[in-house]
Amino acid sequence: MRSLRVYAVLYLLFLYAPIVLLPIFAFNDSAVISFPLSGATTQWFTGLADEREMTGALRTSILIALISASFATVLGIFAAMAGTRSDFPAKRPILGLIMLPLVLPEVIVATSLLIVIVQVFGLDPGAWSIIVAHVLICTPFSVAILNSAFQNLDPALEEAALDLGESRRGAFRRVTLPLIVPGIVSSFLIAFTISLDEFIIAFFMSGNTTTLPVYIYGLTRFPGKMPLVMALGTLLVAASIILLIAAEAMRRRGLRRAGLKDTGGFL
Amino acid sequence: MTLIQLAGVHKHYGDFHALKGIDLDIRQGEFFSLLGPSGCGKTTLLRVIAGFEGVSEGSVSIDGRDMRGVGANHRPTNMVFQSYAIFPHLSVGENVGFGLRRDPRPREDKAKAVDEALEMVGLSGYGKRAAHALSGGQRQRVALARALILKPKVLLLDEPLSALDKKIREQMQVELIKLQREVGITFILVTHDQEEALVMSDRIAVMFEGEIGQMDDPETLYRRPNSRRVAGFIGMMNFLPATIGQKVSQMKSRPAPPPGPDNRGLLQRLKDIGRVVPPAPKALPEYETGIEVKVAGLGRCIVPPEQIPDRVGQGETIVGIRPETLSILFEGETTQRNIAEAVVDEVVYYGDMTYYDVRVAGVEKPLTISMKNLIGRPVLDVGVRTRVAWDERSLVILGS
Ligand SMILES: Nc1ncnc2c1ncn2[C@@H]1O[C@H](COP(=O)(O)OP(=O)(O)O)[C@@H](O)[C@H]1O
Ligand SMILES: [Mg+2]
Repeated sequence: MRSLRVYAVLYLLFLYAPIVLLPIFAFNDSAVISFPLSGATTQWFTGLADEREMTGALRTSILIALISASFATVLGIFAAMAGTRSDFPAKRPILGLIMLPLVLPEVIVATSLLIVIVQVFGLDPGAWSIIVAHVLICTPFSVAILNSAFQNLDPALEEAALDLGESRRGAFRRVTLPLIVPGIVSSFLIAFTISLDEFIIAFFMSGNTTTLPVYIYGLTRFPGKMPLVMALGTLLVAASIILLIAAEAMRRRGLRRAGLKDTGGFL
Repeated sequence: MTLIQLAGVHKHYGDFHALKGIDLDIRQGEFFSLLGPSGCGKTTLLRVIAGFEGVSEGSVSIDGRDMRGVGANHRPTNMVFQSYAIFPHLSVGENVGFGLRRDPRPREDKAKAVDEALEMVGLSGYGKRAAHALSGGQRQRVALARALILKPKVLLLDEPLSALDKKIREQMQVELIKLQREVGITFILVTHDQEEALVMSDRIAVMFEGEIGQMDDPETLYRRPNSRRVAGFIGMMNFLPATIGQKVSQMKSRPAPPPGPDNRGLLQRLKDIGRVVPPAPKALPEYETGIEVKVAGLGRCIVPPEQIPDRVGQGETIVGIRPETLSILFEGETTQRNIAEAVVDEVVYYGDMTYYDVRVAGVEKPLTISMKNLIGRPVLDVGVRTRVAWDERSLVILGS
């Protein structure tokens, strides 16, 4: 038991120590990233606002994340409905295929997609191709979240609405939709976060398009800008954590609404 | 008047034949039950009537209208689902008023209708409560109110009581019967609980493996089951091999016995719950001629010809005899009924009743006998020799 506890502490240290370092140096009053700390400042955060390129990259990233998350969630709704409501030939293999990007290395996704775009179709990669790839990697998460939302939904509920005189569309709108809204929001937030933080694909595909993670990577070449990277990283981590907590809160709210007990989740 | 008519209804799920030629006529205002073991197709049949499942063959008509191509939302039926399917995101009042959206009445009238429906099921003042916080019994009431507010021609209930505890279940049985009489709507109840079906229904269809085995009123079903399957499913029944012999004419060796007080114990008890007690059966006319039946372990008797179904001829057969129609003869008791020797094999004491398993000569399986624990009656011990009194009128000839 004791060794297990030691292991757990070491594990958490290893996992989170680098992240804890981010805010420490982000508030450190020195352009050099090293101990000892010299003093507290918020200049790096205020300095961020003057980085023209940075705000541009941020805007690009948010736009890509919004579009990718929307597509992934809509596709997730369709896939989850098909998976839980209807039966068709080769259903399991097809659904398995949708989930595949979950275990595929992003490098592979990025390279192969790049080959298809550039070599096969002769097109230039750009924001649109990043979106395509992000939809690909975000959809499995959306499907997983929405699957559980639909599975928790008693199919008799929609039938009861029909039985009480509603049309199919009316039943979906008045019963199914309100009950899966938390799942939809949760799926959107998770997909948004994944897209926002994604680096490899965005790096491979960046023609003229620079997303925030790619921009940060570019900054690391200039030692003088390191504190800026730290500040930006701190903001990104904070945003991600807030989004994930919001997503989990929505998921739990959905369960409560459906009158169900919690049976796990991402957090 | 026939309200619902099913003719030759078949339902296939891929290779699986779930309904195998169902013919049904359900009358206006009837309390009709579909009874059968789990998986026999009761829910499927109910869903076919509700319009959630199409038929593979055959026809369904409600109130003289063919229901082919008519969706569940356009049928004059409403359903109480097994899970109750209460909308968890809506309040109790919104649940009950859910089906009134297309109702042209003004808002206040609808609100009044909701209040009335809630009152009818004993949930006055619950309208504002959250639906997911209700107990099982309350959910069921909400489901009932939600369906009845639309004044359907038929209310379909899929095992509505099976999720409730015994006490609430029995209370709800009585309430459902009362409610049905009050609103006069035809109820079709699905249940696997034979006691529930006997207590509640005007008529019962007993289903096995996608077919209807017998369709009758509770008393006929209990007293004259038409097959071993039905006999074994409804109440308790002892089965014995027997031989049907010749028609014989004989002088009555003894006067016709008066109907024994314990003759209809179980049924009597069931019947007394919430309904008018039917008149006691008339003593059968004294007979001169009858058919000779030899029952293994019990002995020979003469049975009036009308007690033997037409489909059963001479020769080997199975007969059924209910535990409450057999009795133990205690020390010093006499009877004018037939007597067989027996040894007590097992005793189960229930307070008001004692169930005995006794062995009789030449029969492998013990006979079950239920006895009321009247004052002064002892409870016998295992291994005691005793005598069993039985009556040929309670023999149910089932065929082979
Ligand atoms: N949608 C379906 N697809 C395939 N088989 C089904 C379906 N619905 C019911 N069945 C089968 O039909 C049989 C009868 O089911 P059901 O009507 O639910 O029985 P009951 O209500 O009497 O317990 C069962 O064996 C069940 O597995
Ligand atoms: Mg069922």
